[in-house]
Amino acid sequence: MEKSSRNPSANRASSETELLVTSVTEPVKSWPIGVLVRTRLIEFSRRPAAVFWTYVFPLVMMFILGSAFRSQGESPSQVGILLGSQAEVLKQKLQSSPDLVVAVVDLEDGLRRLRAGRLAVLIRESARTNRGTETFPFELIYDPQRIGARTAELLVQRQLRISEGVPESYQFHRVPYSEPGGRYIDFLVPGLIGMVLLGGGLWGVGYAIVDMRIRKLLKRFLATPMRKSDFLLGIVFSRMMFVIPQIAVIMLASYLGFSVTNHGSWFEFALLVLLGGLQFAGVGLLIASRAKTMETMSGLINLAMLPMWTLSGIFFSYENFPELIQWPIRLLPLTPLLDTLRGVMLDGNSLTQHPIELALILSWTVGTFGLALWLFRWTDGQ
Amino acid sequence: MKFAIDCRNLVKTYAAKPPVQAVRGIDLQVEYGECFGVLGPNGAGKTTTIEILEGLLSATSGDVQVLGCTWERDSAEIRQRIGVSLQETVLSDDLTVAETVRLFRSFYRRALPVEQALSRVSLQEKAHARVNKLSGGQKQRLAVACAIVSEPELLFLDEPTTGLDPTSRREVWEIIRQLRANGRTILLTTHYMDEAQRLCDRVAIFDEGRVIALDTPDQLIRSLGGDQVVRFSFARRQDPQQHLSPDATFLDRLRGMPTVSHVESVSDRVQLTCQQFPVVVTVLIEFLHQHDYVLSDLSTREATLDDVFIHLTGKRLEGSAA
Ligand SMILES: Nc1ncnc2c1ncn2[C@@H]1O[C@H](COP(=O)(O)OP(=O)(O)OP(=O)(O)O)[C@@H](O)[C@H]1O
Ligand SMILES: [Mg+2]
Repeated sequence: MEKSSRNPSANRASSETELLVTSVTEPVKSWPIGVLVRTRLIEFSRRPAAVFWTYVFPLVMMFILGSAFRSQGESPSQVGILLGSQAEVLKQKLQSSPDLVVAVVDLEDGLRRLRAGRLAVLIRESARTNRGTETFPFELIYDPQRIGARTAELLVQRQLRISEGVPESYQFHRVPYSEPGGRYIDFLVPGLIGMVLLGGGLWGVGYAIVDMRIRKLLKRFLATPMRKSDFLLGIVFSRMMFVIPQIAVIMLASYLGFSVTNHGSWFEFALLVLLGGLQFAGVGLLIASRAKTMETMSGLINLAMLPMWTLSGIFFSYENFPELIQWPIRLLPLTPLLDTLRGVMLDGNSLTQHPIELALILSWTVGTFGLALWLFRWTDGQ
Repeated sequence: MKFAIDCRNLVKTYAAKPPVQAVRGIDLQVEYGECFGVLGPNGAGKTTTIEILEGLLSATSGDVQVLGCTWERDSAEIRQRIGVSLQETVLSDDLTVAETVRLFRSFYRRALPVEQALSRVSLQEKAHARVNKLSGGQKQRLAVACAIVSEPELLFLDEPTTGLDPTSRREVWEIIRQLRANGRTILLTTHYMDEAQRLCDRVAIFDEGRVIALDTPDQLIRSLGGDQVVRFSFARRQDPQQHLSPDATFLDRLRGMPTVSHVESVSDRVQLTCQQFPVVVTVLIEFLHQHDYVLSDLSTREATLDDVFIHLTGKRLEGSAA
């Protein structure tokens, strides 16, 4: 019969010390911070989604954008010349600069393009002079707050000095164009509305769904007779409920602060906002249809948002981009929405004047909803 | 329509590297009005099985009928008639208790009023409290309220009391007993032998994806060949504080004692299962006396499902008292 001990210290000398060997402790040599850091790194490296979105995605974006813009250098400034006796001559002179793209336009078209950011400056013949300085016989009409206006002015000035051989001191007579509807802020507000609709759809719908999937709430719902279409429509409708006050606040603030208003029909404006909201709810739903972790979700949302943020014309017109990438830009869901919003708000267009844009918006909406319903997973398992 | 749940040769293999055979051929027949317990250690396949029965996972193979219907044909019908509480759903923190129940209630054709569902689980006072302000036990009762709001004929509860303190566990037990008394059929999973023993009419013990025993708790215990567990330590008469470990010959002698059916030892503690412990103890003391030993510790208790599990698998269930 073997002896065993309840009280090892009293029995150190006994022959059954093997029994105790297994429970002997040893000094811990590792360094807690080191172990913590290592653990974090291991966790991170085992989440392929996190690694991808943190390391690979920025590189991918860099290469895509970098190669899109590589050969173009700085994009040329868009300049308009008002119809007149000297317009063609002036166009010839300016066109010899590679940095300027010149078009002869009538007043209505010129101002519209100026408002839409498609022209940086508009040049008009003029006999007026600035007292005390020598001036060109031209006026420059532009919005001083718009990005690129000043650059365009300097480029036109330099080109004229070269071709006319006039001294440095020659100036333009400047006509700041800042009546409501034509200022940068008027251009910006529709852009911001589009941006809010985009972010709201992707985060508001997409994030909420992935969160419920992670919490197994979707699985729990699946165990009830709840109709799946009810659930998805509920999410989308509640999103639309948020949209209305959100946009109302932006419109009110920009009216009070900058007298920005809608020059088109309010009904059509509201319809367009709802269509836009629905479209991005669809994109959000599609992105969320399979994502199982927040890292994946955030990454996918960024992937979808970044091209639209940078290219679709929230802050400046995409017509400044090289022609080659303009047509893919026009296909992104945000671009037709912004173009139509600006058409309605700035130019007072009716929706019927934007059939292609509306068709694109509707296709995105139907396409994303359809695909999302087909791909959607309620559980994270099998 | 004979069984509330009829599940034959159920197999589930998760696609993974390597594939996980979570369920390896399970047969279960749960009768109407019965409280049926699925008992087993971590990873035994309890959740996998119950989620297949709930229509949330697809089986690799096997036949499942729930309330006489199959998931392929009548999923909408089954969902109206069952109630489910999952092992790990996190209900929305920012809703109140009443709002949560109202949400789940809205999915059914017929359901209890919110107040009644809450009073079934004694949560009326908390109706307007936010979910994130509830204790663990209260959250669990809320999950049960959401599961019973439609007055389901068949209720699935996956580990309804895991992680709860003894008082909360008793409260959940009381709710389950009430439901059982109202004629509901209940399938619950648990790690706790005592829970299964107290609540369940019949119990299936799962291990590694198989049913290793299935019977009423009493029958399972009786199948041990005894229902008393005797535990003791012994020592030399001269040194009664110094407990000794038994050797193989000693254990064999114990196995030979009248009505003893099972003997095991963990270092210096010996445990045996028997039918007539007074006889066994008398013989034991006599035997020890002959060899100049004395009993230094002795306890007896009723056998439990724990002992059944240890007997069947040689393993101990986690979460239950050793
Ligand atoms: N989605 C999955 N993919 C791969 N393997 C899985 C998956 N879900 C579960 N398993 C494995 O299947 C086995 C059974 O798991 P299951 O969740 O059914 O066990 P359980 O009895 O409910 O355990 P517990 O008591 O811990 O809840 C385990 O080995 C588990 O690792
Ligand atoms: Mg489980």
